[in-house]
Amino acid sequence: MARQFLTSKDVPFCKGCSHAGIALNTEAALQKLGVEPLDVVIVTDIGCHGIIDKFLTTHTVHGLHGRSIAIAAGIRMGLADPEKKVIVFVGDGGATIGLKHIIAAAHRNIDMTVVVHNNMLYGMTGGQPSDLTPAGFRTPTMAEGDTGIGFDLCGLVKSAGAAYVSRIVGSGDFSGQLAEAFRMPGFSLVEIVEICPSYGVRENPGVKLSNIAEKMGLTPMESIRPDAKSFRVRRKEAPVSLLDGLDVLSSSSRSALDRKFRIVLGGSAGEGVQVATRLFAEAAVRCGLHVTTKGNYPVTVGVGYSCSEIILSPERILSTVVRSPDALVVVSPDGMEFCRRYLEQLEGEFYLDESISVGEAARTAPRAKPFRKRAGPRRAALFALMVLLADSDVFPLEEYAEVIRHSKLGEGVAVDDLVGGARELASGRGK
Amino acid sequence: MAATRASEQRNVLTDGSRLMIEAMARAGADTFIGYPITPANLLYLYGMRRFPVSIAAPDEITTLQWMSGFAATGHVPVTATSFPGFALMVESVNMAYMMELPMVIVQAQRLGPSTGTATGGAMGDLLLLRGVISGGYPLLTLCPSSLEDCWELSALAVRTAVYLRTPVVLLTSKEMVMTHQDLNVNTLSAVGRVKRSLYSSEAPFEPYLPQENLVPEFLPVGDERHQVRITASTHDSRGIIQGVSRAGLENTLRLPKKLEKNVADFTRYELDEEDGAENLIVSYDVAAMAAREAVACLRRQKTGASLLVVKTLFPTPAAYLDVVGRYGRVFVVEENAQGQLAQILFGGDERKGLHLINAIGRMITPEEIVEKVSSHG
Ligand code: SF4
Repeated sequence: MARQFLTSKDVPFCKGCSHAGIALNTEAALQKLGVEPLDVVIVTDIGCHGIIDKFLTTHTVHGLHGRSIAIAAGIRMGLADPEKKVIVFVGDGGATIGLKHIIAAAHRNIDMTVVVHNNMLYGMTGGQPSDLTPAGFRTPTMAEGDTGIGFDLCGLVKSAGAAYVSRIVGSGDFSGQLAEAFRMPGFSLVEIVEICPSYGVRENPGVKLSNIAEKMGLTPMESIRPDAKSFRVRRKEAPVSLLDGLDVLSSSSRSALDRKFRIVLGGSAGEGVQVATRLFAEAAVRCGLHVTTKGNYPVTVGVGYSCSEIILSPERILSTVVRSPDALVVVSPDGMEFCRRYLEQLEGEFYLDESISVGEAARTAPRAKPFRKRAGPRRAALFALMVLLADSDVFPLEEYAEVIRHSKLGEGVAVDDLVGGARELASGRGK
Repeated sequence: MAATRASEQRNVLTDGSRLMIEAMARAGADTFIGYPITPANLLYLYGMRRFPVSIAAPDEITTLQWMSGFAATGHVPVTATSFPGFALMVESVNMAYMMELPMVIVQAQRLGPSTGTATGGAMGDLLLLRGVISGGYPLLTLCPSSLEDCWELSALAVRTAVYLRTPVVLLTSKEMVMTHQDLNVNTLSAVGRVKRSLYSSEAPFEPYLPQENLVPEFLPVGDERHQVRITASTHDSRGIIQGVSRAGLENTLRLPKKLEKNVADFTRYELDEEDGAENLIVSYDVAAMAAREAVACLRRQKTGASLLVVKTLFPTPAAYLDVVGRYGRVFVVEENAQGQLAQILFGGDERKGLHLINAIGRMITPEEIVEKVSSHG
């Protein structure tokens, strides 16, 4: 049989190493399928088996220990041609350090084949035990025999949903099983249980591979899931520009603001703080102002404080830091808890819901307002910003009202009523 | 900034994440592999929506490996992460560097060490990025310091990744990717799709044979006419694994030289010098925003101040050293406690006239920069 996929039959493994048999069986299996070398990508990694890389006539990828399975999955997903074969060679070490990648590829049924060269130890680094070393199997670093118990890799991969799994014990002609694995759409894994003459045989003289394998339950098996659907990458035909999704805020009026104005808004999760902030910022841009906004909330977004920092300016805003706000607006106790950090620096106005007390902490006496009572908890933040506008020359309150009316909130908010309420509360200005 | 007529304005509110992802997609990045982490959440969200192919990976090592697989087959993949995720990617980033695979990794810094504070901003990973490739070779790293940079440098990252066959890191931080700012999108430059040229000769393909600019031509794994070999191990121009051979070492040494040779293609910085100023403020990332404001303020106060905002971090352009060498007083502003950029520019030595302005757990304010500069001026 002329070689098509290997450049030489003299692959430099130690004499008697079964890795050579796997290479030759792979050659035979690919010939059985009638594919050409450039129809095949073989991914190898670290371990004696990886030496095969330079003897292959296929496309070759030589990657990281155990990560070969994941790069191969990436190659499969990236290849436009589903007929290309993607094959990974790993050892038992690679299979265990890369176990996560095997499971990830198996349960997605990514169309590829992993060929595990399981000689029950790390050959390349001097014969250390791997997670697939059976109990009692001696290695140079564990002369008394491994205390682990190995595990059933094939069983695991089968239960993860692989389309094809088989285990072969020892050498011989297993090109049929390999061909079946390569042919099968979806994820396939073939484990070849073998023995490393240089370390395995030397440390366990007289031991028979079939005996160890049987004792371990590593008996030959084959499992096929004919219904397995192989993973297909979904491609969006015409993804929409992210800029198209943004509201264009055409300016409708001008703000009289002649300086940078920094607002901190403090409230509770679920009470519309971030929405109120966004709409406020939109209205400000419509008034010709430059704006920055920043949300502050815990990682558990549904509970606790929800605060925001807003900067408005007639000039372009360079720095987005807010250390001493020109207005601190707090509508809930959670918000107050978070906003305490601003109190010491506070030089501007302090609007506080009347239900909250801050004691002596504030340098600036708060203006207590019935934000929650008047607008309800879920509109208190929105309403408080309305009061701030009614009370100041930042930009016209009517602009904010207009943006709210046209927003998703629109229908659910009695905007005119709140505008009236804000003007009433603001009339107490300077009290 | 020149005033734009109202009719030409398309004002929107946006965060840096949106601009980064959009610019990368327009530049020709086509695949997003995501693994969630704060504060890269928005990058993930937009990446999933915007790229023709977007896939959720089960962990960050898989992310980088899948990206490498996509890159090897001719795609330009992107991911976004933060230190804890990036740490897991490090071995794979070295692999992609060695295999010469184009990709962009957005690293949005947060407060460390370790898991630190997920929602806290920081600029703490500069030295990590500097030394991340074994051997000390530079990994191309760009760092935006404004919304415009988020747009331009992201497009540049994609173009450079493809032209130079290399992974590129966009180093950013929480405030840059999450804060919303107004922007007239009509001021954004047009971003064209990167043109990929593939090896077209009949002669056998050598995947690591350098051209004049030291960059090898590219063919995807799976090509119909030529065998393609890629490898993470020391290799020659054919992609054949070598021990410590001359051909192997030459190829390895070509990798940093490739960046050096083409450094002008990706060197970006902002130098705003004032005549006669003795103070130079040097910054990057979000701290540069405070630095710009501080410089404007100092000039209003008639304190002479020049500004250098560095955007290409690695390989570090020689121009930075020329600039800092011209000033008697240099103030390096960065949101970390160790003065990482200062260490890169000045080494560990005490240098007369070098002043560090640092903070952790909060943003640096323009006021404290002004105060520090004024107190030394
Ligand atoms: S050390 Fe063992 S596994 Fe490695 S080539 Fe030699 S016999 Fe094979």
